[in-house]
Amino acid sequence: MFSGFMVNAWAVGTIIGVVAGAVGFFVVLRGASFVAHAVPLSSFAGAAGASLVGADTVMGLAVFAPVAALSIGWLGRRRRSDVATALVVATMLGLGSLFLSWRTEYVSAVYGLLFGDIVGVSDAQLWLTSALAAAGLVAVALMYRPLLLSSVAPEVAAARGVRRGLVDVLFLLLVSLVTTMSVPVVGALLMFPLMVGPPAAARAVSRSPLSAIALAVGVALVTVWVAIAASYLTTWPVGFFVGTVAAAFYLAARAWSALRR
Amino acid sequence: MSTLPAPAEAASGQAEPVLKVEGVSVSFGARRVLDEVSFTVGRGELVGMIGANGAGKTTAFRVVLGLLPADTGTVTRPHRGIGYVPQKVAIDADTPIRARDLVSLGVDGERFGIRLPSRARRRRVDEMLEAVGAARFADTRVGTLSGGELQRVLIAHALVGDPALLIMDEPLANLDIKSGHEIVELVARLTEEHGLAVLLSAHDMNALLPHMDRVVYLAEGRAVSGTTAEVVRSDVLSRLYRYPVRVLDVDGTLVIVGGHDVRVR
Amino acid sequence: MTGFLQSGPVHVALEAGALTAVVSGLVGVFVVLRGQSFAGHALGDLGTLGGSGAYLANVNPLWGFVGVGAVVAGAMDLLGVQGRRGRDVATGVVLGAALGISALLLYLDTTTTSTTGATITVLFGSLFAVSPGTVPPMAGLACLGVVAVAFVYRPLLLASVHPELASIRGVPIRAVTLGFLVLMGVTVSLTSMVVGTILSPALLIGPPAVALRLSRRPPVAMAMAAGLGLVATWGGVVLAYASQTWPPAHAGWPISFFVVAIIFVAFVAVELPSRLVRPKRGPD
Repeated sequence: MFSGFMVNAWAVGTIIGVVAGAVGFFVVLRGASFVAHAVPLSSFAGAAGASLVGADTVMGLAVFAPVAALSIGWLGRRRRSDVATALVVATMLGLGSLFLSWRTEYVSAVYGLLFGDIVGVSDAQLWLTSALAAAGLVAVALMYRPLLLSSVAPEVAAARGVRRGLVDVLFLLLVSLVTTMSVPVVGALLMFPLMVGPPAAARAVSRSPLSAIALAVGVALVTVWVAIAASYLTTWPVGFFVGTVAAAFYLAARAWSALRR
Repeated sequence: MSTLPAPAEAASGQAEPVLKVEGVSVSFGARRVLDEVSFTVGRGELVGMIGANGAGKTTAFRVVLGLLPADTGTVTRPHRGIGYVPQKVAIDADTPIRARDLVSLGVDGERFGIRLPSRARRRRVDEMLEAVGAARFADTRVGTLSGGELQRVLIAHALVGDPALLIMDEPLANLDIKSGHEIVELVARLTEEHGLAVLLSAHDMNALLPHMDRVVYLAEGRAVSGTTAEVVRSDVLSRLYRYPVRVLDVDGTLVIVGGHDVRVR
Repeated sequence: MTGFLQSGPVHVALEAGALTAVVSGLVGVFVVLRGQSFAGHALGDLGTLGGSGAYLANVNPLWGFVGVGAVVAGAMDLLGVQGRRGRDVATGVVLGAALGISALLLYLDTTTTSTTGATITVLFGSLFAVSPGTVPPMAGLACLGVVAVAFVYRPLLLASVHPELASIRGVPIRAVTLGFLVLMGVTVSLTSMVVGTILSPALLIGPPAVALRLSRRPPVAMAMAAGLGLVATWGGVVLAYASQTWPPAHAGWPISFFVVAIIFVAFVAVELPSRLVRPKRGPD
C-alpha cells in the first residue's frame, strides 16, 4: 500500500488534508458554504478541458479555479443572485461534460473528476501541489489576523482599516487554491465535505481559533488517510470514504457537544 | 478627500480636542443626511450624540471613522487612534473565538504578517479584561456571551490598543436597563481614570445624563452641541428641529414633546 | 431531416423533453417565488443516490429518482431544510455522504453489470437512451404534477407570496409546504431524466427565472417558463442530433449541454440590460 503509485497518492493526500483543514476553518467561520460548493463544481470545466488536451488536470484547475472563484464572489455580491450563480455553475458543469464527451474514456474521466481518483497522481502533480500548498499556508499565516477579525466582526475590522474587498478576494483565491490541488484526488463533488466537515467538527469541540484550526487539520488528515487506505484495500472509490468519514466525524462531534451541554 | 487632518488649534486656553469635526456635510443623492455638522470631543470627556433613528448618527460615525468621505468639512483625528464598538455584532454560538482571543486581536488585528505569542501581550489582554470586568468569562466563546458581557469584551478589544478616543454606536439599544447603566458607568470610570475621550450615540439621553459632559444633538442632519443645560432647551431644540418643541423636566427625567399647540417661550 | 423525424429515440426524447419542460416550467416558477432553489439542488443530489441505486438494482432510474424524491421531500419538511437554515453545514455534509454513497453504487454497477453508462446517465442524463416504455410513466407523473398545480394554485400562490395572510385565510400552510416539496421531488425526477441530476437545477429554475424577469404575473410566467423549457429541450434534441457529424469525435455532443446552454443564453439575454444600468448610490 505504500509503494509505487501509492507514494504519490499518500503525499498529495496528506498535503490536501492540511490545506483543506486550514482553509476550511475560514470557510466555516465566514459561513461561505455556498462558495465551497460552487467553486469546485465550476472548476470542473477547467479540469475537463485540461484532460481533453492531455495536460495535467491540476494545470487546468490552476488556471480556471481562480477565475471561477472570483466570478462566484462577484456574482454573490448582488441580491437575488442565487439563480445566477446556480446557472453559471450548471453551465460550467455542462461545458465540462461536453469537453469530456470528446474523449475516448468519457465515463471514467467524468467519474474520476467528480468522485475522485487516487491512481494516476503524477510527479508533476505532486510538485505543483506542494508548491501551491506552501504558498497557501504562508498566505494563511500572513493574513491570519485580518482574516480572522473581518470574518468574526466585519464592522470592527472595517473601522480598524482592514480592507474588506481585499480580504474577500484573498479568501476566494485561497478557496481556489484548495480546489486546484484537491479536485483531481478527491473529486469536485466531494470537495465540500472535506473542506467543511472537519472544521465544523473541530469547532464543536475547540474553543479557541488556533486549537480549532489544528483539530480541523487533524480530522481532515485522518479523513484523507482513511479514505486512501480503504480505497486501496477495497478498490472502492475514494469519494465514498471521504463523504462518509467526513460525515461521521461531523455527526460524532455534534453529538458530543450536544451531550456536554 | 475632505478628511485631511487640519492643524489643531487651541481654542481660548482649552486643551487641544481629541476629535474635531468641522462643517461636515454628506448627501446621498438628493437627500442631505448631514448638514454642516460641527462638534469636538476633548480629553477625558464623555460626549453623547443624541438623535432619533435616521437623524444621521450612524452616518456621522462613519465619517469620523474614515469609512465614508464627507462632501464638505474636515475631521481632525487623534494620533493615538480611535477604538470602535459597533451596535450589533452577530456571532454564532459555536464560533471558536474566546473573549481573550477577540481582545487579543484588538492589539494589532488589522495588520498582515505573522505574530508570535508574547507574554507582554497576554498580560496586557488580561489587564484589559480585568479593567472592563470581563475576566471571569475570558475563556468563554464570545458567541455565548450575553449582550452586556459581549459589550464589555468589545470595549476591551477597542481599548487594548490604547486609543485616545472610544466611539460606541448605540451601546444601550440592545441592553436591559441595569446592564445599560453598568456599561455607562464603566465607560465613565474609564474616562475619569485614564483620560479617555468617549463619544457614544443614543436615541434617549436620560441614561447618560449623570455622566455626560456634553451633548451633540442631531435632528434631520443638523447638529447643535454644548452642555446639557445649554442644548436641551425648548428654544434651542425648536430652532434645531425647525418645529415647536418643548423640553419638560419630570423629576429629573427630560422629556421632549412637540406639536403646533405647544407654546415655546 | 427525415432521418431526424423518423428516428425512434428522437421521438422518445422529444416527448420526454416536452412533458418535463411543461411541468418544470409550472412548478419551477413556484420554486423561485418561494426561494427554494437550494431544496431543488438537494433533491438533485439525493436523486443521484436514488438513480445509482436503481441502476444497481436493475430498475429504471426514473423510479430511483421518484422514490428518493418523494421520501426525502417528507424528511426535508420535517428537518426544515427549506429556507436559509437549510444551506448550513449539516445539510451539506449529509448531501456529501449521499454523493459518496452514490459513487460507490455507480462503481459497483460498472463491476457487476456490463453497462458502463450509469454514471453519465444519472449525472448528466442521456435522453436518447431512454426506453420508449419509460414515456408513459413520465407522462403520468407529468399529468399528476400539472393537475396538482392547477388544484392548489390559489392557496399555493397565497402561501408562497403572503404566508401570514394565507394562514389567516385558513390555508393549511404545513400541508401545502409538504405537498409542494413532494411536487418538487416528482418534478426533479423528471428533470433528472432529461438533463441528469447535477444539471437538473438549471432546467428547474432557469426558465422560470427568465420568465419572472419578463413578467411578474404567475400565470404568464408559468406559460413562458414552460415555453422556454420546451425550446431548450427540443432545441437540445435537434442540436444534439445534428452534432453527430460535428468534430471532434463525430459521436454527437451531449443533449444536456445544449439544453443548459440555451437556458443560460436566455438568462444572460434578459439579465444583461438591467445589469448594465448602475443603481444610484445610497446609504451603505
